[in-house]
Amino acid sequence: MSADLLTEFARPELVAIVGLTLRVTGTALFIACLVGVPLGAMLGLVRFRGQRLVTLTLYTGMGLPPVVVGLFVYMLLSRSGPFGALQWLFTPAGMIVAQTIIAFPLVAALTMSAVAGVDRAVHAQVFALGASRVQNAWTVVREARVGVTAAIVAAFGAAISEVGAVMLVGGNVQGQTRVLTTAIVLFTRQGDFAMAMALGIVLIVIAFAANLLLLRLQGRLGER
Amino acid sequence: MTGAEAVYRLESVEHRYGDRVVLQIDHLEVVRGETLCVVGPSGSGKSTLLRLLQFLERPTTGRVAFDSHEGGPDVSLEVRRQITTVFQRPIVLDRSVRANVGYGLRVRGIRDHATKVDELLTALGLSALASMPARTLSGGEVQRVAFGRALAFEPSVLLLDEPTANLDPRNARLVEDLIRERQRRGVTILLATHQTFQARRLGHRTAFLLDGRIVETGPTQEFFSAPRDPRTRAFLTGDMIY
Repeated sequence: MSADLLTEFARPELVAIVGLTLRVTGTALFIACLVGVPLGAMLGLVRFRGQRLVTLTLYTGMGLPPVVVGLFVYMLLSRSGPFGALQWLFTPAGMIVAQTIIAFPLVAALTMSAVAGVDRAVHAQVFALGASRVQNAWTVVREARVGVTAAIVAAFGAAISEVGAVMLVGGNVQGQTRVLTTAIVLFTRQGDFAMAMALGIVLIVIAFAANLLLLRLQGRLGER
Repeated sequence: MTGAEAVYRLESVEHRYGDRVVLQIDHLEVVRGETLCVVGPSGSGKSTLLRLLQFLERPTTGRVAFDSHEGGPDVSLEVRRQITTVFQRPIVLDRSVRANVGYGLRVRGIRDHATKVDELLTALGLSALASMPARTLSGGEVQRVAFGRALAFEPSVLLLDEPTANLDPRNARLVEDLIRERQRRGVTILLATHQTFQARRLGHRTAFLLDGRIVETGPTQEFFSAPRDPRTRAFLTGDMIY
């Protein structure tokens, strides 16, 4: 089994699958963070009418089953759907949309909680030191960086490990939309356990490496 | 101080938290370059007064003017950056001691501040702790970091809320020496303290605040040698004033 496993790592198909997984999840996470971190920070910093509704919506989004997201995106991108003209169904672009929808509420809601949890006295302290509104907000977000990092880590984990949405929207087409999770399902069904295991190990290594990177980034923000 | 230029002017200021009136000042001026010590027992409104002067809050009624500017949290950044507060319980950011001391310079866009920060760290006896996470420091060390952080960007107004409350006599002396240095440079200082001896050592003028009201204000020497109000006399002699 172990010799089989080692040969599986050399299969060129594996490289393509890993590459596509990183591209899809990386892009989805990037978009989710680009919108989710500022939005979450804003929700954690300011008070406004309807805030509870927005919070409730985000919390609900955190618990959305990926397969339901996949179904929703499938309907949107299908030929008869409102975005059918984009022709993104069964393409990496469609998979990115699905994973972004999965990752976004996690990033936004957990960032909001982390920022709202920063001691209010920090605002006054930073105000008194001459920070502008933007600098004040950025300082508070930096103070919440452990929570914000946790938000990104959680979103990354949810996106890279989900299978339902990418299976529905991507279709698991070899060389085109096959990612680690859908490939594991396929190879397990085919009885190719060595390949499935190899992919599983790669998935865990990627998750470990990505989290290590994020934690290092969090540490560097604390040093400056 | 008649004829001298007022930096702050408070007129008919009343500040409430809910139904509770915490500050009621008919008239108060703080003159440029002076050190006004505000003494009074805990809960007399000293910290609230400093919060209004820092423009963290707007008074419920009345006006707090800084130079010609009307005060409030929306006061311009340019005005705000002339003033800073060392709070009684300062908050240090989750960064190194050096980064904390340099924070005010950084937000002002002054990147090349290593020399300035190092000077202050040395003056405050914090050089050995420069790279330490500020949140791991003791209360007294945090107080010194907060003081250094406030001095770093050379504010023209320093609001000090019990700045030596957490310090041992040696470090209190160190901080008082730095306050004197700022006095010589013409910085306007408002020092809230319950330590009457500190007011005596540092104040040009001293005001006695009790239950949110200024009971008496006068030149420090006169204030301590011949207080006019019996409540001031009682406070200065350590008698119970309640």
